[in-house]
Amino acid sequence: MNAKQIFGMVVAASFAAATLPAQAASLDAKTAEIIKRDFRDKGIAKATRVNQDELQAACSKYVDKVPTKLKHKLEAEQEQAVKWPADGKYMGDWKAGEKLAQSGRGMTWSDKPEDPAGGNCYNCHQLSAKEIAYGTIGPSLLHFGKTRGNTEEIQRYAYGRIYNAKAYNACANMPRFGHMGILSEAQIKDLVALLLDPESPVNK
Amino acid sequence: MNTGNVSKTILMLALAASGTAQAAENETTDSDRIAAYREMISDGNPAEFDEMRGEELWKKAAGPNQATLEKCDLGKGPGVVKGAYAELPRYFKDTGMVQDLESRLLTCMTTLQGRKEDEIAAKPFASDKKASDISSLTTYVVGQSKGIKMAVSVKHPKEKEAYEIGKRIFNYRAGPYDFACSTCHATSNVRIRMQDLPNLSSNKRDAQSAYTSWPAYRVSQGLTRSFQWRLNDCFRQQRFPEPKFASEATVALTMFLAVSANGAKYDGPGLKR
Repeated sequence: MNAKQIFGMVVAASFAAATLPAQAASLDAKTAEIIKRDFRDKGIAKATRVNQDELQAACSKYVDKVPTKLKHKLEAEQEQAVKWPADGKYMGDWKAGEKLAQSGRGMTWSDKPEDPAGGNCYNCHQLSAKEIAYGTIGPSLLHFGKTRGNTEEIQRYAYGRIYNAKAYNACANMPRFGHMGILSEAQIKDLVALLLDPESPVNK
Repeated sequence: MNTGNVSKTILMLALAASGTAQAAENETTDSDRIAAYREMISDGNPAEFDEMRGEELWKKAAGPNQATLEKCDLGKGPGVVKGAYAELPRYFKDTGMVQDLESRLLTCMTTLQGRKEDEIAAKPFASDKKASDISSLTTYVVGQSKGIKMAVSVKHPKEKEAYEIGKRIFNYRAGPYDFACSTCHATSNVRIRMQDLPNLSSNKRDAQSAYTSWPAYRVSQGLTRSFQWRLNDCFRQQRFPEPKFASEATVALTMFLAVSANGAKYDGPGLKR
């Protein structure tokens, strides 16, 4: 270790002291307290929604850059909780999937309890080439099946990824559609078909 | 023609213009269309009617005390409106709190006019059926900072703390979709469907142009919307429960966003789709 490295470590240590981990922890605690106090029930969106699970808390605390060991632990836990289809089939109807992919509705305080949640897919992803009003927060899924094939392994992967994207990437932006009960098993199968069915517009 | 009719006429013109633009060029983005509309009505934003309404309310004796708000201290001394918004939120010694504009107006309306806070906070946003006094007052006050550089302080420990808490709220993931503000607003050059999303956490230019263009007249709603409304509707789409009006959480988040806009000229009230 040379003098420059030692100097660097000393500087790093004094910075760590300057940002005060204790102060950061107390700010974290104060933030949690304020959030719990300052949000209230509205329609179907109950105040308890601000309560975080372990994964949400970790991704918030580390601003989506969770230490590797914790990241792997969280991903393993999410994967273990995936409920795979009992009949071993992953593909539904791509037409129903396209309809679902178009809908960005669901679970806001202005949605009614009986309103079904949509897949929100086009909000963030390109899918069918015909739909030009697509978002770009997530990667393009155009030709998803065409480039990957339609093997059972790929089907299972697509199902798992929609069911719980966090099993693959702990702090992914994508919601956990199956895990959080946003979409049903049948609906997720329809989305898998939209991605993988050779007849789906995604693969045309 | 009264102001309501003028607003409606402008709105109809806007819709006609955007419809024509849509038919002519399918790939024109909403942002392009809004830019064209802004150009078209550059001589007058419908938000000006709300500014006028707010100014009247500011100067009108009201509430149990039959007092005006002309002695309201928005941070630059009693009655000083000019430039006040460009320095908000800030710490106020009399309340011992960091307050944004709406929280501070609540203080003035209750202390000077004797109005009840929970009555004002129960319906703080305008609807197409009913205007909101506090929302119009907000529009008036922000208009008096147009062209003035944003200079929000984090010198006071409470201001610094509000900023830090606001930053944490920005990154706070929760709810059935695991969303935080940062899910949509921490990456540059992304959009939801066709709607461009400003990167509010690591792109100074985006953060400045977004913050300095609110409050704004929303063409699609025909209403002028306050910053508290903007945050409220973001949380709705985040699938969160409702943030309480002018609460510490909303003020802290506003502090984080306002500081990120420092250095830019305040340019509101703005005009949005």
